Amino acid sequence: MQPNELDNLLSPIRDKLTGIERKSDTRVFLPCEAEHVSEICRFLFEDLGLRFVISTGIDAQDCFEVLHHFSDDESGCFVTVKAFIRDREAPVLDSITPVIPGAEWIECEMHDLLGIEFRNHPHMRRLILSDDWPDGVYPLRKEIRT
Amino acid sequence: MRESLRQPVLAVGPFHPLQEEMEFFQLTVDGEKVTDINVRISYNHRGIEKLSETLQFDQVPYLVSRVCGICSASHPLAYVQAVEEIAGVKPPERALYVRTIINELERIHSHLLWVGLAGHFIGYDTVFMWAWKYREPVLDLLEEITGNRNNYGNVKVGGCREDIPDELIPKVLAELDKIEQKTEMLTKAVLDDPVLHARLKGVGVLTKEDAVKYAVTGPTARGSGVAIDVRHDDPYAAYADLDWKVISLPEGDVFAKAAVRLLETLEAVKIIRQALRQLPTGPVAVEVKEIPAGEGCGHAEAPRGETFHYVRSDGGNRPVRHKIRAPSYVNVPSFKASCIGQDIADVTLTLAAVDPCYSCTERIAVVDGHNTVLRNYEELLRLSREKTAYIQRELGAPPMKLEDC
Repeated sequence: MQPNELDNLLSPIRDKLTGIERKSDTRVFLPCEAEHVSEICRFLFEDLGLRFVISTGIDAQDCFEVLHHFSDDESGCFVTVKAFIRDREAPVLDSITPVIPGAEWIECEMHDLLGIEFRNHPHMRRLILSDDWPDGVYPLRKEIRT
Repeated sequence: MRESLRQPVLAVGPFHPLQEEMEFFQLTVDGEKVTDINVRISYNHRGIEKLSETLQFDQVPYLVSRVCGICSASHPLAYVQAVEEIAGVKPPERALYVRTIINELERIHSHLLWVGLAGHFIGYDTVFMWAWKYREPVLDLLEEITGNRNNYGNVKVGGCREDIPDELIPKVLAELDKIEQKTEMLTKAVLDDPVLHARLKGVGVLTKEDAVKYAVTGPTARGSGVAIDVRHDDPYAAYADLDWKVISLPEGDVFAKAAVRLLETLEAVKIIRQALRQLPTGPVAVEVKEIPAGEGCGHAEAPRGETFHYVRSDGGNRPVRHKIRAPSYVNVPSFKASCIGQDIADVTLTLAAVDPCYSCTERIAVVDGHNTVLRNYEELLRLSREKTAYIQRELGAPPMKLEDC
């Protein structure tokens, strides 16, 4: 995707982004604060018709990052929304599952493995961890050593 | 009485009647009709994403090739593509062709495996025996090229570990001719068989709209008219240099998914043949010393759909985060759309029609108690096979014609 084309496409949500990182024609990262994530993802999925690929939850020491990866299959371009969750004690993010049903599992997985709450998730439950796994132990956090 | 007690629940799992891996489906049924479905996974989660953070960049391909035995070419490929993106490394031309050939051989053996299993489940054991017989030489070729029938360990950051020796090319081309002839015969037999039309058409339909909502990929998407294919949309390896077609059918039923896989197998033969004939000369790897800080996304079209890897580096010698998303992770939840309203006799086949791969989908060992199993493997298999036999009688159809070649 060319820079001009990208700017035009993203203009309706430009004020919700903290930047546009264009690493190549086919790799674009859209950093944003946590409160805007669902609106941005709704825009990409519904208005631009991008395909939801998956989300990556990251324990980045001073914050949590949730990356929602989308693909524009017409141009082969990955568009990744990078949401920063600053509150490490009680990380919360709006769920995108009400808009994108395909995100249901991965949000449950990030809840299990990183302890991130997803507000308005329609069916939050244990997906990866067993029912007798202790509360408050999140395997993908950096303090858990392998 | 509690709602859950009034509604009969049919338990399928934790061992699926068709796929030999652990998952647990709870089907709420009204007579023979399924009214709701719930899935429980993660009986065999191995924590591969976390393990990856403990390994050096060049060790990770061996780990991720063990995410799944069947997709042991596409997982490491997606990973190395992500790392090559971070490091700005371009592998030599020949390596790109070798990667293409190995990945397409993988597709052929995976698709033939599925066709065989699907045939077994509906009572076509000849299809099962023959599809697996035709698959065997493909595994032999992979062994000859990489040293292994599965877990090839051939791809590395910067290229490939093993080259395809020039003297092996005529042998591979000759084997491809045989594989093509046999797959064509099998495809024709399946597509022309009136019983299979009656048994599989209109069963387990995933609409195009639901395919988009559940973000499915691979033959599951392409069998529902969503013509997406990473090889075409964001070409990697040598796919952009080769002439081939994305196979897509609009119906969304089990028949369409089967047809997509069979036709794709023939396209894979075409791809390998061209790649072998155009194989550039030169080395198969460049030296890669350090991986700088950064992040990269790599994806590859595995037999079941898009395999996606995200890697983040802090400039050290290990990834600080490595996310793996196998195609089944998005394909499996689409059962919610395709199974509700189906007969019990069709559900296990519909569940199997996305070719679910649970070792891929999960990456802590967990075992818990379950509901009473109301029906077991034998009974579900019997139901499915009886339905085929019933259709056969109703149609007065002769047995499926397969001619050995």
